[in-house]
Amino acid sequence: MTKHRYLPMTARDEAEMLAVIGASAMEDLFADIPASVRYTGDLPISGALDEAALLRHLRALADRNADFDRYASFLGAGIYDHQIPVVINHVISRSEFYTAYTPYQPEISQGELQAIFEFQSYICELTGMKVANASMYDGATALAEAAALASGATKRKRIVVSRAVHPEAREIVRTSARGLGLEIVEVGCADGVTDLGALSAAIDADTAAVLVQTPNFFGCLEDIPAIEALIHARQGLLVMSVNPLSLGLLESPGALGADIVVGDAQPLGIPASLGGPTCGFFAVTEALMRRMPGRIVGQTTDSEGRRGFVLTLQAREQHIRREKATSNICSNQALLALSASVYLSVMGREGMREVASLNLSKARYAQGKLEALGGCALPFSAPSFNEFVVKLPEGTDISALQAKLLAAGYIGGYDLGRTYPELAGHLLVAVTERRTREEMDGFVRALEASL
Amino acid sequence: MNANREKALIFEMSKPGRVAYSLPDCDVPEAAPASVIPERLLRAKPAALPEVYEVDVIRHYTELSRRNFGVDNGFYPLGSCTMKYNPKLNEDAARLPGFAKIHPYQPETSLQGAMELLYTLQRDLAALTGMDQVTLQPAAGAHGEWTGLMLIRAYHERRGERRTKVIVPDSSHGTNPSSATVAGFETITIPSDAQGLVDLEALRAAVGDDTAALMLTNPNTLGRFEAQIDEIAGIVHAAGGLLYYDGANSNAIMGIARPGDMGFDVVHLNLHKTMSTPHGGGGPGAGPVGVKSRLIPFLPKPIVERRGDGTYYWDEDRPLSIGRVKPYYGNFGILVRAYAYIRSYGPAGLRRVSECAVLNANYMMHRLAPYYEVAYPGVCKHEFVLSGKRLRAFGVRTLDVAKRLLDFGYHPPTIYFPLNVEECIMIEPTETESKETLDGFIDVMIQIAREAEDDPNLLLQAPHTTIVKRLDEATAARRPVLYCNCE
Repeated sequence: MTKHRYLPMTARDEAEMLAVIGASAMEDLFADIPASVRYTGDLPISGALDEAALLRHLRALADRNADFDRYASFLGAGIYDHQIPVVINHVISRSEFYTAYTPYQPEISQGELQAIFEFQSYICELTGMKVANASMYDGATALAEAAALASGATKRKRIVVSRAVHPEAREIVRTSARGLGLEIVEVGCADGVTDLGALSAAIDADTAAVLVQTPNFFGCLEDIPAIEALIHARQGLLVMSVNPLSLGLLESPGALGADIVVGDAQPLGIPASLGGPTCGFFAVTEALMRRMPGRIVGQTTDSEGRRGFVLTLQAREQHIRREKATSNICSNQALLALSASVYLSVMGREGMREVASLNLSKARYAQGKLEALGGCALPFSAPSFNEFVVKLPEGTDISALQAKLLAAGYIGGYDLGRTYPELAGHLLVAVTERRTREEMDGFVRALEASL
Repeated sequence: MNANREKALIFEMSKPGRVAYSLPDCDVPEAAPASVIPERLLRAKPAALPEVYEVDVIRHYTELSRRNFGVDNGFYPLGSCTMKYNPKLNEDAARLPGFAKIHPYQPETSLQGAMELLYTLQRDLAALTGMDQVTLQPAAGAHGEWTGLMLIRAYHERRGERRTKVIVPDSSHGTNPSSATVAGFETITIPSDAQGLVDLEALRAAVGDDTAALMLTNPNTLGRFEAQIDEIAGIVHAAGGLLYYDGANSNAIMGIARPGDMGFDVVHLNLHKTMSTPHGGGGPGAGPVGVKSRLIPFLPKPIVERRGDGTYYWDEDRPLSIGRVKPYYGNFGILVRAYAYIRSYGPAGLRRVSECAVLNANYMMHRLAPYYEVAYPGVCKHEFVLSGKRLRAFGVRTLDVAKRLLDFGYHPPTIYFPLNVEECIMIEPTETESKETLDGFIDVMIQIAREAEDDPNLLLQAPHTTIVKRLDEATAARRPVLYCNCE
């Protein structure tokens, strides 16, 4: 019999328990599985390792990756290297939080429920919206859910998406639209932002919503007031995907007239972790509250009048409504929503403004340095936040360039030619508050030397 | 726990002028926002976030954590959720800088360790489930279901068939029919037979040339193994449909039976259940999907592949793919934990995990049977379902039993699911609980059954020892207060 540190069953336990059941052997408990589907023999999977060997093996795998501790990252495109306050890991390592499940029993889950209520409050404050849910898988799937909500609320089937929305988010919106029978219309860009003329032409009386991202995939800020006027003139919904960290400086989507606001909370204290898990957020106007997907926590009182919190508005959800639910979503990203909440608690009113300002200043500095490089140019004039596009000299081989940057200790930017053929030879560069002037100067020198 | 005291919201602790952050001085010329960004796009007034210092932050969340209950606090027999121990080594592994601080768009050459882990996990999960290939992208079980159904849809469409219906048993998880809807299918719900198993006659009557798939959990949500699985698979396949395996209950059968050998074409696993990754208070999880070879072309992009020289690459060139379902490469941090879990057990260990989980469940069922009606008697797998309807005679419901358990420091079982059992109590002990723990819980359940008879008010007013009493859920839904309006 296998002994293992996670398994308490002793030979004596096993014998006593089988006797209570009236079984003579463990095998009796599996007698209901027909021989035709019984698996015999050892599974051909990776073998067991003792604790020390397993740690050695995992460290060896981890060490073969270039991480942000050893390399200065100028890569963004949706996932950013921000400073993560150390208190966050201490809070989310409290196992009362991380070993719990969805708070189905509110009397012993007030901690998680209050934490989610505070997360919803934080998202409402940042986005300027009336209602937020307990979180979504990530920003991209939240955008797809927003499209579904917009279609349901407007009884229209056409979704207009800007090509300046993250390419992977657009792909996910397309995949889910096939399931829901939605029509996706993409609108192109001009000067790094959504082409307003093309957008205006694409919106009609069948348009459920316009999906825009700001700062968009190129780092540029969209002219939201103009877009808002176009879609609301046709009674469609404005869906905005935003970088929550930018909201330390940028006007709240609610104040700009958004109907649904989504985004990814990764910049708020969540490790990059190869892109996941992160945490999506989802906020709506009051009118759309009962159509929102996901868990929602509400405040109430107990039988003795004390304030308390419960999961609420569950009539929308799959475990009650089954095939008639507004979404199939069941779990959320509670632990990472907690990370984001702790981040916002640490930063507070002043810190959010300050960190956003640092991002802006540092990105401007790097932008200026790169513009001054021979053969490089800044192709877009639209304002940006902490990310921008650089046009490299004609004929630059970007993957070779990235290899050279890596050798010099830098994780280079994103090769836009991967997803926008018309932007081959363009590099998307992100600069967060973590990048020092020395690193930026070094990066520019390394880039110059590699061209 | 601080007894019976309201906990302030963090917003209520704010005092202007306090900070908990530490940011570097700006070492470049400061850019005035208004000089860079048009005024109408700049925030007119700052977000009203609290102003607290670091000690406030730590004490606030520490107190919240003390008002919460996880597996590390005690027994958590929540049926269908597999609340097993979350190994600490796995937590340390996911936090290694080489896993936590890497970017999905880094050059492949700088991610080979992560890619080897993903590739190995794909292969291990395929072998465990008896499938031919696995995508690690789905973020959760429901997300896996939807991905699997989109694959089934693409498969039928590619063959020029329009199949619009998905069949589910009445004992199925609520996510099954809702995932079917989101994937564009119509759901047909079929009743269970007297044993709580798929009613073959009802299944035969339901299938047809419009059947896209049957979604089945095996063992099912009653904890019973669908012994007629060969016949079920035969009926569905003969009609041209596919078989979808909801892997929520995989903890019962690792190394003992494989969905792939039972005729299933598509499988999802909940790594936060079977593979011990922490539930996190409701996420993050991961819901990888495995498929038989005929469905491989439709898998979402990308898959990790290995070259002849032993290096790894992202295979994005998949022309028949359903597209992307999740940004980047899935919930990598969760996948690291699941891989560490598999390596801590190996093949013989995983088999032992399932044996112990099943033995624990059968032991509890036998000891509780004299006091609570077993919904469907017979050997169970990793979980079993009781009915509390006998207690109704004393004016007591299952909800009251659950609330009374809180007074003894236990997380209650799943209640009122599956829907086809009256006053349902669904218990899943998992393999990481000792006989002493099970006995302690059983004794309390027996005591509660007696209390229901002798002093029902004790149950009706429970819980008595928690920081809040029963909460008014009706008012919460009727007049929703969903955020703190602290300004």
